[in-house]
Amino acid sequence: MSIRVIDEKCGGCKLCVKTCPFGCIEVVNKKAVIDLDKCNLCGACIESCKFDAIVLTKISPSDIDFPKKLEQYKDVWVFCEQRNGIIQSVAHELLGKGRELADTLGVDLCGILLGEDVKGEAQNIIHRGANKVYLVDSPKLKHYQSEPYSKVLMKLIKEYKPEIVLCGATSVGRSLISRVAIGIHAGLTADCTGLEIDKENRLLLQTRPAFGGNIMATIICPNHRPQMSTVRHKVMKEAQVNNHHKGKVIEVNYGDDVYSSRTKLLDIVEEIEETVNLTEADIIVSGGRGLQKPENFYLIEGLAKALGGAVGASRAAVDAGWKTYSHQVGQTGKTVCPKVYIACGISGQIQHLVGMQSSDVIVAINKDPHAPIFNVATYGIVGDLFEILPELTKKFKEVLKR
Amino acid sequence: MDYLLTEEQIMIRDLARQIAKEKIKPVAAKYDAEGIFPWDIVKILSESDLFGIYIEEKYGGTGGGSMELVLATEELSKACGGISLALAATALGTYPIILFGTEEQKMKYLPDLAKGKKLAAFALTEAGAGSDAGAVATTATKKGDHYILNGTKQWITNGGEAEVYTVVASVDRTKGARGAACFIVEKGTPGFEFGKKEDKMGIRASATRELVFTDCKIPKENLLGKEGAGFIVAMKTFDQSRPGVASQALGIAQGALDLTVEYVKERKQFGKTISSFQGVQFMLADMATQIEAARALIYATARMLDSGAKKISKDSAIAKLFASDMAMKVTTDCVQLFGGYGYMRDYPIEKYMRDAKITQIYEGTNQIQRSVIASNLIKEKSK
Amino acid sequence: MNIIVCIKQVPDTTEVRIDPETNTLIRSGVACIVNPFDMYAVEEAIRLKEKFGGKVTVITMGPPQAEEALRETISLGADEAVLISDRAFAGSDTWATSYTLSGAIRTLGDYDVIICGKQAIDGDTAQVGPGISAHLDIPQITYVKKIEEVDMEKKYMRAERMTEEGYEIVESPLPCLITVVKEINEPRLPSLKGKMRAKKAEIKKIGAKDMDLDPGLLGLNGSPTKVVKIFTPAPREKGQVIEGDPKEISEKLVELLKSDIL
Repeated sequence: MSIRVIDEKCGGCKLCVKTCPFGCIEVVNKKAVIDLDKCNLCGACIESCKFDAIVLTKISPSDIDFPKKLEQYKDVWVFCEQRNGIIQSVAHELLGKGRELADTLGVDLCGILLGEDVKGEAQNIIHRGANKVYLVDSPKLKHYQSEPYSKVLMKLIKEYKPEIVLCGATSVGRSLISRVAIGIHAGLTADCTGLEIDKENRLLLQTRPAFGGNIMATIICPNHRPQMSTVRHKVMKEAQVNNHHKGKVIEVNYGDDVYSSRTKLLDIVEEIEETVNLTEADIIVSGGRGLQKPENFYLIEGLAKALGGAVGASRAAVDAGWKTYSHQVGQTGKTVCPKVYIACGISGQIQHLVGMQSSDVIVAINKDPHAPIFNVATYGIVGDLFEILPELTKKFKEVLKR
Repeated sequence: MDYLLTEEQIMIRDLARQIAKEKIKPVAAKYDAEGIFPWDIVKILSESDLFGIYIEEKYGGTGGGSMELVLATEELSKACGGISLALAATALGTYPIILFGTEEQKMKYLPDLAKGKKLAAFALTEAGAGSDAGAVATTATKKGDHYILNGTKQWITNGGEAEVYTVVASVDRTKGARGAACFIVEKGTPGFEFGKKEDKMGIRASATRELVFTDCKIPKENLLGKEGAGFIVAMKTFDQSRPGVASQALGIAQGALDLTVEYVKERKQFGKTISSFQGVQFMLADMATQIEAARALIYATARMLDSGAKKISKDSAIAKLFASDMAMKVTTDCVQLFGGYGYMRDYPIEKYMRDAKITQIYEGTNQIQRSVIASNLIKEKSK
Repeated sequence: MNIIVCIKQVPDTTEVRIDPETNTLIRSGVACIVNPFDMYAVEEAIRLKEKFGGKVTVITMGPPQAEEALRETISLGADEAVLISDRAFAGSDTWATSYTLSGAIRTLGDYDVIICGKQAIDGDTAQVGPGISAHLDIPQITYVKKIEEVDMEKKYMRAERMTEEGYEIVESPLPCLITVVKEINEPRLPSLKGKMRAKKAEIKKIGAKDMDLDPGLLGLNGSPTKVVKIFTPAPREKGQVIEGDPKEISEKLVELLKSDIL
């Protein structure tokens, strides 16, 4: 497996040099030279070359062997994560997208539900568009634990052979599905923001951000099934509820060895101050160093409350101990994409921007007109947040009558 | 400019730069406003081994000298000229032990100082003895195995925070400068107390206090050098430490210029960034030139000191004089380029100007430096 | 206590810029750093070593220049470092990467804990940590924000695992793999003596032949996923500045946001 430049065809135009996202191509003596130590074999240069001078050579037994078996795999699955017996909204979003993918492929959409006494929720999954629900109900599956969950999911996949498996990119989803993908040697793409079907090849085109959102990559999984993706919250549209939609619930049960876990879940602690989950919030009001003192976060909290939103914080505010880490938005904190993000007294370091720049609407309030936050703001307000926030909170309260 | 630093010197510079950028810069404004001593930064500096960079390996240091100290002080001062003093003033207080200490004294004090477990301070200045170091009024009276110290030292950097003090006192006031001696005094010695913390214009993260000695009894083993050598100890110590003050000034100037270049590239007037105006460009060029000249001078002096050169008073005075005057000029111009914003405390630049001022005053005012330079010059020519 | 830390050398994404003309990534001159989350992993490993004794071994899979990243961890207090490097690994996705890393870990002998950062800032997949534990068939605790207790006699650890709503307290027998979040600690800076030691330290290098792995599962061959297209996201549209006194600003903004918020 290798990539090489056909010197006779290379004109030394440097197009590939500019395209290479890993900076590993140089033009030496008017010929492109690829540094194979750095090359990721992503193939971006191959597409960019106007002279077809770069080729990826593949010799792989699996390439020849696999395609025959691929046809056995059908259906689009959505892992419907439940917490305390309630399906998480990210699963509703995936059911929406999953329906679309299943229709394009002409297959069934299936929900996967693991939990204890969650039969009722199975119907809800059907009402959100699923044709089937695979239900594994056991007291041992009440809460997420990586081993029993991954063993159950692997068993289901091996038995019922889905073509596509979608899962929310949550703390559960990411931990679970990574383990599953290894066990069944499936392709897994994390944190997708776009999913489409390449009809001709019957492949799932998975698009995701990389390099802190600076580039987007489209990823396929040609020779392995299922094709698995985790999907960010709030990216896809929720499936509508249709109480007349019919489907089948298939109950599956496994032996105790499948449910066994070496790790033990001792306690679940919900942090009360976290009234709204940051990644699930439609509206986030965030505060930064411009608030000057931790006490001044009441301004942020007031506005968030008026809007029914969540409270975020910049790294500076978290590092200064003004807010706990669970509020941090940005590279080392949470990536969020609410409908409205209001940044107050946040200068907009790139580390912060990568965590929130995919929000639909960004409002920036900052004293410094040069603050980089204004480069991504939909609405920019240069001014004193201590004057603006109380006024804004008051106005929103009036309008929203809260 | 490439100063052909050794690998170890590059490590020291990079490490100090990293600490300055990641740990000091974010808190510099806070310490300046509140005027409290930066113990959290001292802990970081101590864990990073930077307190030992000018101390021999057998005493727990890493075996460098003046050049290493200069590099670290410069980098730390870029972020805060006050916080960097915790290290630089400890070096000042430690030099008398390095230069004049007996093996026992060195073994007793240097390892803790090299690790940064303890800070040091040097105490010479008094209300009536500033530039005139010979007029020291603090007395040390020998009584059997002890000396009894009486008197008050003024404006002592690291005062109250340091554990180890090297104190100049007079054993015989009739002899003036020749009657002075230098003593090691530990914090906690009965009869040794601190006055109030001074409220300063700049370097506000450094602690400056009075040291008050009232019948303070110290063992005779704590005498550094001989009786009567106190003035020599002080002068030799200053010869070593002046490049340190100079590098503090250098770092302050460089830190201010770095901020200013960033600012003029962003700030727009008449539809253009102000960096596109030639008047601004010339100021930047002059500042960069002055800074580089100071750097070259300081590094050359530090290397000369490390080579063991004897006649160093004039050159180390030249370095201190040039760098501190340069820092005052550069930081003033930086404030100018920030315009109205530069005068506001919300912006970090005015702090650099306040911090720069002290480098013209302490460890020998720049007038004293000129006297040292001139008298050496005349002495050389009259040979 | 034998601790293995897996790190990755990544481009400092905060320095990555887009060339406005070609709309591509400018990578030249972008410094390589140790993935920030991995620094928390290294710090936690050193703290465990300081408490329980033992050894911290840091491993990375990457090109020869990733040695730099390993040396950095030695300057912080890691004892040994291993570079897993081979052309055969080129093009590895998370499946093949975790397969290779698990193979390398097997060659290192006994261990009590494997610590990884929760994810790398270039790929952001968070898949390699759980992937390694799956390949090694050991228990995992992801998103650890605090290690509450380690009992080396009874061989178990109890940790707080961060979730969207708070945290879970999870107990696992050793050996196990944990991935850590920022909240777990504040990484130390290197010391001068550590830097000097790092400069001289010998970095062990292992390639595909040194491990008992199926060559057909390495690199691109072992990677189920393929990148077919890389492009730059459309930049955000230029925003609008709202001016006026606080009252006017608030009125205008409420009007503009009404449709999004109601």
